Amino acid sequence: MKEVKVLGTGCGNCRATAKLIEEVASARGVEIRLEKVERLEEIAAAGVMRTPGVIVDGRLVHSGGVPRRQAVEAWF
Amino acid sequence: MAELTLSARSWPRRHPLPFLLGAAIVWFALYRGLVPLSEAVVGWLPVQRQSHLGSALQFFLYDTPKVMLLLTGVVFVMGIVNSYFTPERTRSLLAGRAEGVGNVLAATLGIVTPFCSCSAVPLFIGFVQAGVPLGVTLSFLIAAPMVNEVALALLFALFGWKVALSYLGLGLAVAIVAGWVIGRLKMEHHLEDWVRALRAVRPEGETSRLSWSERIDAGMASVREIVGRVWPYILAGIAIGAGIHGYVPQDFMASFMGREAWWAVPLAVLIGVPMYTNAAGVIPVVEALLAKGAALGTVLAFMMSVIALSLPEVVILRKVLKPRLIATFVGVVAVGILLVGYAFNFVLG
Repeated sequence: MKEVKVLGTGCGNCRATAKLIEEVASARGVEIRLEKVERLEEIAAAGVMRTPGVIVDGRLVHSGGVPRRQAVEAWF
Repeated sequence: MAELTLSARSWPRRHPLPFLLGAAIVWFALYRGLVPLSEAVVGWLPVQRQSHLGSALQFFLYDTPKVMLLLTGVVFVMGIVNSYFTPERTRSLLAGRAEGVGNVLAATLGIVTPFCSCSAVPLFIGFVQAGVPLGVTLSFLIAAPMVNEVALALLFALFGWKVALSYLGLGLAVAIVAGWVIGRLKMEHHLEDWVRALRAVRPEGETSRLSWSERIDAGMASVREIVGRVWPYILAGIAIGAGIHGYVPQDFMASFMGREAWWAVPLAVLIGVPMYTNAAGVIPVVEALLAKGAALGTVLAFMMSVIALSLPEVVILRKVLKPRLIATFVGVVAVGILLVGYAFNFVLG
């Protein structure tokens, strides 16, 4: 079970990122718990300057724009 | 077919520099061929060239491919330039910078640093946390959306390099001076308390070395993203512009948006500030207004206030700035734009 957080204020890119992560995870048969973090305080505390940011198991792996599919596949 | 697209895709990756050269040659050839092509198309159509409809159609059919081609070219080049600048790198360049020099640097970096308006607040917090002075941060945040590649490409396509360059220079001036003035006002305690309570971070300049083929990928990605997002606005804008071009009488705007009407600039700013659209949506309308006798300074002031300030932006900024700082921010930027409008109309006009 991987803990995945998508940090962003709820713009189109954030939704697209969350959807892509769900798609890739289910295609690869990886179980994940996806959480959307929309509070600015939490986004700032994670040190994310460009949204959406993605945190996998506590590690910031991506920041700014929708990640490429290959990048998402490499996380799982 | 799948194999074909695969090899077509990997070609720029394997030979990045020849690809860039080839793309540049194709682009220029297309650009040179546009005028004869659009005239030929209008010539075939069963409408009188002199009629209202013919005049509007000619405007639409010539402007659309020209604007799209220029936009694609500029966005691609800017995508490559952007790949040299990340917000993290810009932040470390600005941290601890003195005001004045810092404002100039921040506004300039605002043009080349990739910026998405939904990241404005996280970016603002990240800058302040790393010790970038408030006024310097605001110079960046004013310049980044206002002086963007879409606005510059469209101004260049429709009005020529002089207007585009003036917009660039005056946009920078507004961002530099407004940021500097707010810095002088010492309003740091008007940041929301939770922002001031955040721990300070050490700015770290990210040193990722990209290859040419990765930079080309970045350029193509920004073409897909930006041109893919703004093309409907451009089509709509040019269509509205074409309608005004063909149907609204010459000098219709001169009486109330001309240079003699002193109140036109403040009115344009007042209407423009709460409005929200991107550069792509507003420019073709601007072109049509100009063609009918509105003064350039008035129109540019309108455009700047639409792009730089908006109601949604104020709502977002309210999460990190207290009301007094927001009001100062909007007021100072609006006055700066107002002065730019007057400068254009009375000094340069």
